[in-house]
Amino acid sequence: MATKKTNDPFWWTLFGAGGTISAFFIPVHVLIMGIVIPLGWATAPDYESLLELAQHPVSRLYLFALISLSLFHWAHRFRYTLYDGLQLKHLELFIFTFCYGTAIAGTVIAAFLAFGL
Amino acid sequence: MSDSAYITSDIKSNRNPHYERFRPRMYSTRMPIFWWVRKRPYVTFILRELTSIFVMAYAVILMIILGALGRGPEAYEALLAFFQTPFSIGLHVVIFVFVIFHSITWFKLAPTATVIKVGKKRLPGIALVAGNIALWIVLSAAIAWLLIG
Repeated sequence: MATKKTNDPFWWTLFGAGGTISAFFIPVHVLIMGIVIPLGWATAPDYESLLELAQHPVSRLYLFALISLSLFHWAHRFRYTLYDGLQLKHLELFIFTFCYGTAIAGTVIAAFLAFGL
Repeated sequence: MSDSAYITSDIKSNRNPHYERFRPRMYSTRMPIFWWVRKRPYVTFILRELTSIFVMAYAVILMIILGALGRGPEAYEALLAFFQTPFSIGLHVVIFVFVIFHSITWFKLAPTATVIKVGKKRLPGIALVAGNIALWIVLSAAIAWLLIG
């Protein structure tokens, strides 16, 4: 049987990087911005200081990487969940395009948001 | 007529429209779609895979926050007000539970994917997991301090 050449190592690397950065950083963002501040356990950063923080070069790079790699993490994992969990292997091309296409589009938007701020 | 010639003629004819090469019909069993609901490890596996949806959802929320910051103070205040709605808090609690599950399962898997050698010995998996979790707490505290410290 001929071995099929695939791009999977490339997608897997993005999946792994995204899984790691999101495992380290997503929970604290959810907790602070989505739960702690809205419940009044801490005061929200005022607009000027949060903008200043987000405009720091390190923050821009961090936010871009966090958003983009998280999307690629989702794309890869969700793709295989659809294949195996719901047995949709026959829709391979559609699922592949949808998952990575969404991640690529999101990466472009994230670049505009993070570096254009 | 030889046997193989007979089989070939069978494929080429339209007598068996469901014929799939390499997959004899008689021996194929179909898996039910919800094959994973019956056993706990399978459920855990599927839940772990589904955490990716919540990671993705929060990446989108981060983009919404950046978008509001870009539009100005009014948009930012409006977003903060939205975050105070019960719907938003409930959504964030659900996302939080799933992303925590993602972090824990990810760090538990790390020794399988990473080999760190100390001298000639392999660092035991448990040390890698413990190190990751310690780093996770430190990094989370740093981000929390930057946001509300």
